[in-house]
Amino acid sequence: MADLLIKLVNVGKQYESGESGTVALNDINLDIKPGEFVSIMGPSGSGKSTLMHIMGFLDKPSSGQYFYKDQDVSNFDDDKLAGIRNTEVGFVFQAFNLLQRTNVYDNVKLPLVYANKKLDKDKVEMAIKRVGLFHRINNLSNQLSGGEKQRVAIARALVNDPSIIFADEPTGNLDSKSGKQIMEILQDLNAAGKTIILVTHEQETAEHAQRIIKIRDGQIVSDEQVKERHFARQEDGLRK
Amino acid sequence: MRPSILIDISFRALRAKRSRTFLTMLGIIIGIASVIIIMSAGAGAQSLIVNQIKSIGTNFITVFPGKSEDKGPPSSVLGLITTSLKDADITALLNKNNVPHGIAVTGYNRGVGTITWRDQQIDGTFVGVNSYFPEVEDSQVAEGRFFTEDENASLARVVVLGYQTKQDLFADQEAVGQVIKIKKSAFTVIGVNPKEGVKGFQNVDSLVYIPAKTAQKILLGTNYYSQIRVKVDDEANIDETILDTQLTLREDHRITNPIDDDFTVRSQKDSLDILLAVTNALKFFLAAIAAISLIVGGVGIMNIMLVAVNERTREIGLRKAVGAKNGNIMSQFLIESVIITLVGGIIGIVIGVVFSTLIAFVARALSYNWDLVISPFAIILATSISIVVGLVFGLYPASRASKLNPIEALRYE
Ligand SMILES: Nc1ncnc2c1ncn2[C@@H]1O[C@H](COP(=O)(O)OP(=O)(O)O)[C@@H](O)[C@H]1O
Ligand SMILES: [Mg+2]
Repeated sequence: MADLLIKLVNVGKQYESGESGTVALNDINLDIKPGEFVSIMGPSGSGKSTLMHIMGFLDKPSSGQYFYKDQDVSNFDDDKLAGIRNTEVGFVFQAFNLLQRTNVYDNVKLPLVYANKKLDKDKVEMAIKRVGLFHRINNLSNQLSGGEKQRVAIARALVNDPSIIFADEPTGNLDSKSGKQIMEILQDLNAAGKTIILVTHEQETAEHAQRIIKIRDGQIVSDEQVKERHFARQEDGLRK
Repeated sequence: MRPSILIDISFRALRAKRSRTFLTMLGIIIGIASVIIIMSAGAGAQSLIVNQIKSIGTNFITVFPGKSEDKGPPSSVLGLITTSLKDADITALLNKNNVPHGIAVTGYNRGVGTITWRDQQIDGTFVGVNSYFPEVEDSQVAEGRFFTEDENASLARVVVLGYQTKQDLFADQEAVGQVIKIKKSAFTVIGVNPKEGVKGFQNVDSLVYIPAKTAQKILLGTNYYSQIRVKVDDEANIDETILDTQLTLREDHRITNPIDDDFTVRSQKDSLDILLAVTNALKFFLAAIAAISLIVGGVGIMNIMLVAVNERTREIGLRKAVGAKNGNIMSQFLIESVIITLVGGIIGIVIGVVFSTLIAFVARALSYNWDLVISPFAIILATSISIVVGLVFGLYPASRASKLNPIEALRYE
């Protein structure tokens, strides 16, 4: 396995819109090793999501290079990017983005639908168990609480056994108790070997990671290890 | 990714918006049903025409007055009155030296008038023919006899009644030997025809037959015929007889160039071909109009699919985020529109077949000789058209969906 999972070299991103165009990212250099738990912090509009989208193969850099597992993916076409999104990464969004009027099982199954493999029912059930929602497997998405929805989203991100999970403000729409549960699941997944990249603008949330990268106006302003890491596990935690 | 999964996704999406899906389908259902009904009713009407023409036999030829286009209807059919066919023509055509395969010739003229017997009175149609008529049209009197050529030549006032006319005037009483009045002139009933029904597009039972010359002199005041029929000894000799007839009439009319013909000779097959050509054109023209409704239906589908793409922008973004390729999204929406048109098409076919069967049923109940024709061709055509409409009008929305940028789609409110 490669030493580095992600290597960004002088990555920039401009948007054409507006009169002059917006510079969302400017000259980003960044290395992420397998198994890391990284928080990306910064004020609104600083470019956190843009950075996550590029690392998550949802978007392409306007300049610079992106090496994923030592392979230059900067110029991959849409279909190739869709292919790695399917096998290598899982996303958790602030707005959950579940399919409406669709049950938990079918929501979690979604990435497997687009995989070039035979659909494995066990994998879906395992992922749902992992987030503690097996008893809700046949519930429709609109019958779930916010915290449950986000756990379904995590199960969906997990189901194809990706290398990285990207979570963009996953606790942003949740109460603090549900937010804690989400952070606990992410920490457990990280402990089990998954690389986690968490986008947040809250210091408290960010400190659940091992490393915090701060960006401002599209540039990295600091990149430090967390000294006193928060652990979300409580005595009455979800996982037994 | 397996097609069955795409079909499943599409069905779920369509079920989620049941009434909208059905309303969208309606355009296709109506269009396809109309195409099927028009094709079937057209074929049924054609069967009626064919059966009618065959019912008066196929081994005779007909001479119409006036010239006509090669394959067009004779000018007399178009309402022009031409007076070119006279007694001399019938005499010439009866001459074996002129028309060796002709075995019987009669002219026809007709008129309408009041027919009375005692206090019974009806409005009837009289047809003037000569004594060869029974042979030409293969009809035999049921009672009494038909008139002779001498009676025709001597302007005898005799009449053979159609079955219905006899019933209307005499009911169960004996008619032969009685004197009736046609347009106030007295005629002696010498025969009654059997019940024959609709033959060659007319109900022959409601006609009365009188000698053609009597009709001309006494009732019509003319000296021409509206048509002449020549019975041919064998169907194989029809073409030859047409030529003989043309040559005879040209000589008789002192015509040297066929361009100057003042008559038209047609076989029953010619008439059939012309009628089929006209009705075919009509059938396909009507089907084409029905097909336009399919285009309207298709535009409706395109519209609804664009709405669906808009509504489901976030879903599309999510599917792309978890690995859907552009082609997967494209197929998903294309399958959706094809399901709408295909299901609509099948419902339309069923409705079309039911209505066509009803039409045939009603037509037969009205004792028309109408065949129920539902051609596999029409059904295959309707099914293919449905699929094509779905593909064509689904293409633009599907391609819009497939080209959505996943990030913008995920952000879409
Ligand atoms: N599609 C886009 N078109 C134009 N500008 C954009 C687009 N997406 C993001 N931006 C701009 O890029 C900058 C960074 O955005 P984003 O990465 O979403 O910030 P954050 O997630 O840190 O709030 C912002 O100024 C934003 O307005
Ligand atoms: Mg953001």
